[in-house]
This record gives sequence, structure tokens and C-alpha cells, in this order.
Amino acid sequence: MPVRFLIPGPLQPFAAGRRHLALEGSPATVGEALAQLWVLHPGIRDRIVTEQGEVRPHINVFVGEENIRDARGLATEVSEGCEIAILPAVSGG
Amino acid sequence: MLLLVGTMKGLFLLKSGPGRKRWEASGPVFPGASVYAAGYDGRAGRHRIWAAPASMHWGAELCWTDDFGGRWERPEVPLIRFPAESGASLANIWQISPGREDDPKTLYCGVQPSAIFESHDAGKTWSLNEGLWNHPHRAKWAPGNGGLCLHTVLVDPSRPGRLTIATSTGGVYRSDDGGESWQVKNRGVRAEFLPDPQPEFGQCVHKIAQHPARPGRLFLQNHWGLYRSDDAGDSWQDIANGVPSDFGFCLGVHPREPDTAFIVPLHSDGFRCVPDEKLRVYRTRDAGDSWEPLSRGLPQKEAFETVLRDGMAVDDLEPAGVYFGTRSGKLYGSRDEGRSWELLRDGLPPIVCVKACLAGNLAAKRQTKTSPRAKRIGPRRRKAA
Repeated sequence: MPVRFLIPGPLQPFAAGRRHLALEGSPATVGEALAQLWVLHPGIRDRIVTEQGEVRPHINVFVGEENIRDARGLATEVSEGCEIAILPAVSGG
Repeated sequence: MLLLVGTMKGLFLLKSGPGRKRWEASGPVFPGASVYAAGYDGRAGRHRIWAAPASMHWGAELCWTDDFGGRWERPEVPLIRFPAESGASLANIWQISPGREDDPKTLYCGVQPSAIFESHDAGKTWSLNEGLWNHPHRAKWAPGNGGLCLHTVLVDPSRPGRLTIATSTGGVYRSDDGGESWQVKNRGVRAEFLPDPQPEFGQCVHKIAQHPARPGRLFLQNHWGLYRSDDAGDSWQDIANGVPSDFGFCLGVHPREPDTAFIVPLHSDGFRCVPDEKLRVYRTRDAGDSWEPLSRGLPQKEAFETVLRDGMAVDDLEPAGVYFGTRSGKLYGSRDEGRSWELLRDGLPPIVCVKACLAGNLAAKRQTKTSPRAKRIGPRRRKAA
């Protein structure tokens, strides 16, 4: 089973309009999975991470139900068939 | 006539004929994103509007339209990115400045953290200005309430290679070699929040404006202090003569009269609202030797208004139009150089940017007819107290 991404609505125009994206490779970490995602859809990258490769402060990335900020960040391990959800945080003003 | 009104929740466009009696409004574009910078580039036959929406979630980027808002271009990979080796990440874009008329492919952006990006291919590609980024002062610049922002980029129309910028905090810097090197230009400008009130740099300059017909003539609104320079920033003279406060943010200059400028003083840095609960624009016609309040049509009681650093614009028409937007979402305009004011729009999100542009009329009319969001509004008059 491939690793699958859930793409938030505002970024779907940069992912050929798709809500779900499956990776063909077998990434070991969230960072590796995101790197593969950037290759497929480069427009997503700078909206998720800064130029320094850090996840933007108001973006949450979940592996299953775990926020990677509560785990090992981009080094959080991913397993075969898991879903990585990219979600905007509850913030605004 | 085109007004670009950047707010905390998107960009609004207002269009009018040269009479400026009725305005057709559309927007918001980029709903939910703050738009601290916008600009119009009419050089070399272009009719390009630039805007810099900044999303709390997705970051800041540079977008443009070539048909007055009918279709906005949003590049897949954002145009402005700090190089990885810089160690910096873009937080916001505060200024979009076209270059000289005879250099129509050059544009500049002032950004946060304080830096300049420049393009020499009409905006297709952008690069970090290394001269300023590597300036030895930069490491000691410190953020004000708005963040460490480079909010003003002035291009000298008479002297190729001369650029003047302002950053908060840091102050004024000038390049005479097209941005290769930068010299600090804060002599005479106070920094009351530092132990040395006249430091070489570190001033919290809120805005500077350059007179188009006499580019050596600059006006400066400081974080406490109102100044004029007649030598392109080499020295500054205090011109806070007869104003209720020399604290404020915005500045506007008359398009033809070098001695005429407009400001909106605020009570203090602690209470950033207009003094005496009266919304008044102050105008000088003698280069700051004296200032007169302009209040006809503006609320003169219970006004708790703030106009931010890019919240004022002056058009090029005769007589000159003056416009400003408030943090409470009111947009005011004057068709008679400030003698009287009209409320052009109320209820907008907090206004952070107002730009007035003489734009192609035919293209504007075409877009207005086809835009589903466009609606016709007339000026709303408010009685002066």
C-alpha cells in the first residue's frame, strides 16, 4: 500500500486539482515523503515549508492522527499505507 | 484613475474617470490574505497591477494581473524566495516599486525580514540584493511592532542608479550605484527609544516620500519626528512646526509642488489614534515651515482612527487627488488637494495600503463590464462637525 497525502483545498490547484495523492516510492520519513511530493507538484512546497525547509507555523502535518510536531518533526517515520494529512491550523484574525 | 486598496482581508480595486466623482469598486481579491503591498506598472505599454497577498497559512507571494483584475496570475513557485544559504525566510512583502521609466524591465520589492529583491526582466525572475543584505549594519537592525520590514523603496527618476530605502528599525539607506553599495542616511533623525537619541542607524523610520520633480527633496515621517531633506537624505531638518503630534506613519507629496506634502498625525506611540478624537490631514505648502489642518468632510468628534505607513496616496491629476485608508476600514478621498474630503468606502477590513495610479481607461472599462464582483458606488459624504 502506498503512502498517501491528503491535500488541503487551497493547495489542490497546485496538485492537478486532486485531494488525495499516492506516492509510488517508499519513503521512510515525513521529510522524504514531502520531498517526493515536491518533485511531483513543486507549487505545494513553498506553501507548506519556508525557504529553510521548516513547516510553516500555521500548517499542521499529521501522520495518521499524530501531529508531527508532537513526534519527531520531519524525521517522523511513516509506514506503508499511512496517510499524511496537510491541514491549515485553526488560526486567523 | 485606479485605486489599489490593500487590506488585512484582501485587495480592493476602485476605478474612476478623471473627474473622480464616481468610483466602481471590486474585490476582495485574495480574500483572507493581507495585502501590504500593491503597485501599478504602466511602463513599456504594460497595464500590470502587482499585489502581494500574504496568507497566515501559506505565506506571502507576488501576483499580477494584466487586465485590471479579470485574471490574476499566481506562479506555481513563488517569485520571491530567500536563497537557502541566506538563512532567512520571506515573512511579508511590504513594497512594490517599478524602476525608472527608461529602465522598464526593472522592479524592486521591499520585504520582511528587511531586504530588497530586484527584477531586471519585468518581473519574471527576482533576486536578493546582495549589497544591502551583506551590509554590516543589517545584523543590528531590530524589528518594530510590524516586524523587521523594509517598507519603502524610492527610485530617483533623475539620477540613474540612485535608490533610497527605509527599514524599521534601521532607518534610511541610499545607493548611488544601482544597489551595489549602500550608505546610511540618518543624520539628524532621532531615535528616542535608544540610549543615544542620534545614532548612526537604528531609527524607526515609518515612511519617506520623494518629490518626483525634485527628487532630492524627501519628507520623512519618523517614530516621533517629522523631517525634510533637500539633499537626498544626506541631512535632515526637523519640520514639525505646528502639528499636534510629530508621531505618525503615512506621508504623501504633491505631484507638481515640491513644497506641498500631506500627513496624518497620531497622538503617540502608546495611543496610535488621531489627536483630540478628530480625523485631520495636515498639509504643508512651504516645505514644512508650517502645517494647516484639513478637516472638511472628515469626522471631528469621537474619531479613533489610525492611518498606517502605506495608507496614503496622491494622484497625478490637476487638481491633485489625495486618498487615505484607516485601520477601521474607511477610505477617504479628496479631489481638491485636501480642501474637502469624501468617504469613498466604509466597512472595509483594516486598510494597510493605498495606491493611486493613472491607468489605461479602455482596459479598465472593459474589465468593469465583465467583472461579476464589480458594483457601482458613489461617494458618501459625512458632515464635518
